[in-house]
Amino acid sequence: MVERETRGVSRRDFLKLCTVAAGAVGLPASAAEEMAAAASSSARPSIIWLHWQECTGCTESLLRTSAPGVAELILSLVSLDYHETLMAAAGQQAEEALSAAMARNRGKYVLVVEGSIPMKNPRGERVTRAADAAQAAYCRVAGKTALETTIAVAKDAAAIVSIGSCASWGGVASAEPNPTGAAGTREALHAVGIDRAVVSLPGCPANPYNLLGTVLQFATFGTLPALDEQGRPRFAYARTIHEDCPRRPHFDAGRFAQKFGDEGHRAGYCLYKLGCKGPATHARCSLEPFGEIPGAWPVGVGHPCFGCTEQKLAFRVPLHDTIEVERPTAPATYPPLVTRRGTVSPLATGLAGAAIGVLAGGGYLATRKLDASRKDGEGEKP
Amino acid sequence: MKLTRRQILKGGLAAAGAAAAGRAGARERRQPPPEAVGMLYDATRCIGCRACVTKCREENKLPFERSADGLYDQPVDLSGSTKNVIRLASDGTRTSFLKAQCMHCVDPACTSVCMIGALRKNPVTGIVEYDENGCVGCRYCEVACAFNVPKFTWEKAVPRIVKCELCRHRADPGKSGPLAVANPACAEVCPRAAVVYGTRAGLLAEARRRIAEEPGRYESRIYGEEDGGGTQVLYLTARGFSFQQLGLPDLGRNAVPAVSESVQHGIYYGMAAPVVLFAAALVAVHRRGGTDDQE
Repeated sequence: MVERETRGVSRRDFLKLCTVAAGAVGLPASAAEEMAAAASSSARPSIIWLHWQECTGCTESLLRTSAPGVAELILSLVSLDYHETLMAAAGQQAEEALSAAMARNRGKYVLVVEGSIPMKNPRGERVTRAADAAQAAYCRVAGKTALETTIAVAKDAAAIVSIGSCASWGGVASAEPNPTGAAGTREALHAVGIDRAVVSLPGCPANPYNLLGTVLQFATFGTLPALDEQGRPRFAYARTIHEDCPRRPHFDAGRFAQKFGDEGHRAGYCLYKLGCKGPATHARCSLEPFGEIPGAWPVGVGHPCFGCTEQKLAFRVPLHDTIEVERPTAPATYPPLVTRRGTVSPLATGLAGAAIGVLAGGGYLATRKLDASRKDGEGEKP
Repeated sequence: MKLTRRQILKGGLAAAGAAAAGRAGARERRQPPPEAVGMLYDATRCIGCRACVTKCREENKLPFERSADGLYDQPVDLSGSTKNVIRLASDGTRTSFLKAQCMHCVDPACTSVCMIGALRKNPVTGIVEYDENGCVGCRYCEVACAFNVPKFTWEKAVPRIVKCELCRHRADPGKSGPLAVANPACAEVCPRAAVVYGTRAGLLAEARRRIAEEPGRYESRIYGEEDGGGTQVLYLTARGFSFQQLGLPDLGRNAVPAVSESVQHGIYYGMAAPVVLFAAALVAVHRRGGTDDQE
């Protein structure tokens, strides 16, 4: 803390920063104190960030966060020891920084992977053993293959986080015919027999707050968030786009844009018919706006969600094809096949019976009278 | 094409003449007109969004409904203000949606029972059309329909029958093909092509194509191809989810009017039955009168 105050950051400002960071990523306010304590100790969590087959969009989106800002994040809260885009060093120096960080924080650093790992060797076969990692073709950095470096860094990492759809499940590089054998971090490590838990933060690009939440929780409490079966944190990926969509009322009312630019499209109708993948895409785009600009996401600007977080959808299902709704509207709101309406009360039945009885009885008596009067009449005949 | 008094009287005379001439035996199976139009509903694609229900109400200018317990616009069944409804079927484990509207039967029971001809099957398109100018409000059609489709506007001072007419009022004569004779709003808005409009022959081909493409997805049968004498609205259902579970009646291969009309026309063959009945009545009265005299 003293060290920071000499750099012009007051204790008050620093605690404010920690509170903002904790709030922004959904940690309790009490976490701010602990975060400050963890961050001001000499052992700020070390982060090693590897880039493979990707576009650096995830890093770019991380650079645009404001709460906390990336400068505050990497200078005050965590120690970003290796990041090809952000580090000043290059070449030999950079690689030395990597090995130094690994040696210094063995078993304690966090590995963040951005980009898919090419698994195919020059003959087009997938590498299946860690010993063959050097044989993988494509994407070499400092003379080592992506798989080699990932295995080496992952071995001593305290936690592994894959950011973006590429690192989570292969992303655009894994689209058919997948020439490089692109795989996500978890898949690549499992393929060579390394069974490590990987926190996946898919998205194209990933929402940086999902990374901040994960990393800051790990830095503060030493724990990882609860994950779903695909390794995605539940706090960010439990709900679908469809469930929190601002256009949902139009879906429920059956109002759909029929084509781009039509009246319904301009009126902000549901984009499902245009191919929206929101009903099966797990992400919180509408709640945590991308780039912190409300409305700056596909559905917000009038384009269907393209399912970037979902391996089964993005780059696989054509952009404007419709999909099944994962959790449809509650069945209770639909009419059943047979609707029973109205019952006949016992009282009504009784009254109706009584009325019929009176009529029948009256009729019988009337006919008997008639009979009698006719006989009387006959009697009068001479 | 308004029905006139003259047409109705002429029709009545013709019917009486036909009954007198009579024709015994089973009626031959009716075939859909070659240019018959219809719809194909694919229960495996429907997501239950009810866009069709909303659009149907809008395009047919039907009033909104309020249910008995006050729910706004949640029709539970077809009614005088609802021509199209999405229902939920369940087989215990799985659920499926069912779109209910007029099936436009190849041999419709409603037109068979209509004494006036207010309901009539268009000889070219096969659409079962309603003409309120002829309707006397007997509601025979309501009772006769195996699919429980025609509905009566009970709440109106001058009521009428309400049922889907395939949005024939939205037809665009400038267009060619099926769109020239009708243009169902439900098919137009459906976001998943779960309900499509076209000629019956084209839709049958499309249904067979879908089944052939994904045999594991569909039951191999197309409901309406033969059922109840055939319908112009066809249904596909998910494999293992029978049409009966989906709520469609098991009508067998023959149309109801094919049976009922055979019976009815058989009774009136050559006006034989009325003559015999009248004669029997005469004999009975005469014999009764005879005993009275002897007393």
